[in-house]
Amino acid sequence: MVRVPILQLGDVLLVSIQIDLEDRSALQLQEHLAQRIVDTSARGVVIDISALDVVDSFLGRTFATMAAVSWVLDTETVVVGMRPSVAITLVEMGLSLKGVRTALNLDRAMNILTVRATGRPRAVPDRGRPSWMPVGAP
Amino acid sequence: MTSLQQTEEVGRLSIYREEDVLRVRQAVRAAANAVRLPLVDQTKLVTAASELARNALVHGGGGYAIIERLGNGRRGGVRVEFVDSGPGIEDLALAMTDGYTTASGFGLGLSGSRRLVDQFEIDTGPGRGTRVTVTKWAR
Repeated sequence: MVRVPILQLGDVLLVSIQIDLEDRSALQLQEHLAQRIVDTSARGVVIDISALDVVDSFLGRTFATMAAVSWVLDTETVVVGMRPSVAITLVEMGLSLKGVRTALNLDRAMNILTVRATGRPRAVPDRGRPSWMPVGAP
Repeated sequence: MTSLQQTEEVGRLSIYREEDVLRVRQAVRAAANAVRLPLVDQTKLVTAASELARNALVHGGGGYAIIERLGNGRRGGVRVEFVDSGPGIEDLALAMTDGYTTASGFGLGLSGSRRLVDQFEIDTGPGRGTRVTVTKWAR
């Protein structure tokens, strides 16, 4: 059985699932995460699944439960990094992951969590438009 | 057409523990890759295999999977057969219904995996275990 590390980044907990999980590892993660939310008063959780090439209905249900539990604990969970092939498979299988907030990547997830906490977008340095782009370009 | 079909068994794995479900997934992935199934189709087949292997473990009390590479001269495919000698399914129509579950899940194990493959066959009944065969062909 593997223990998935839960990292703390400010008031956000970051879970990066790097390997295929057995069912009991997924359930253990669910419990650890709930405990860490309480221990750290985290206001957001990001679950990165970019390394996963399969998400079946059991793991999908685990994500849904983690999102629901975190919500009850006044924390929002965002799942990020889903591969296109995984997304297509979930949809075709009929698994809608209702109640699970998803974002394309970590950056967008942090924006979602910041907006929820502060009501304002995250202060990100404005990279502006590339210098090579002519003024007036669409 | 069936007579021209070549089949080659590439793996036979027992399913008695949770880690066996992961091993089945890896072996199915390897077979799908070997017959050059496109990535999305590989993912669909592996996901279906994961559902069915877990079914064999949780509902069938364990069993085994047979993985075969198929070829009919024009294209390749992968067939996976899941066999358990558990109690079998009494009401198959009900078990195939979306959302029907007797264990922890979304109740998409059977209905969901059927949607992910090209061919889906199931042979089951009270007291005689369950045998599910799924096939995915390269396009």
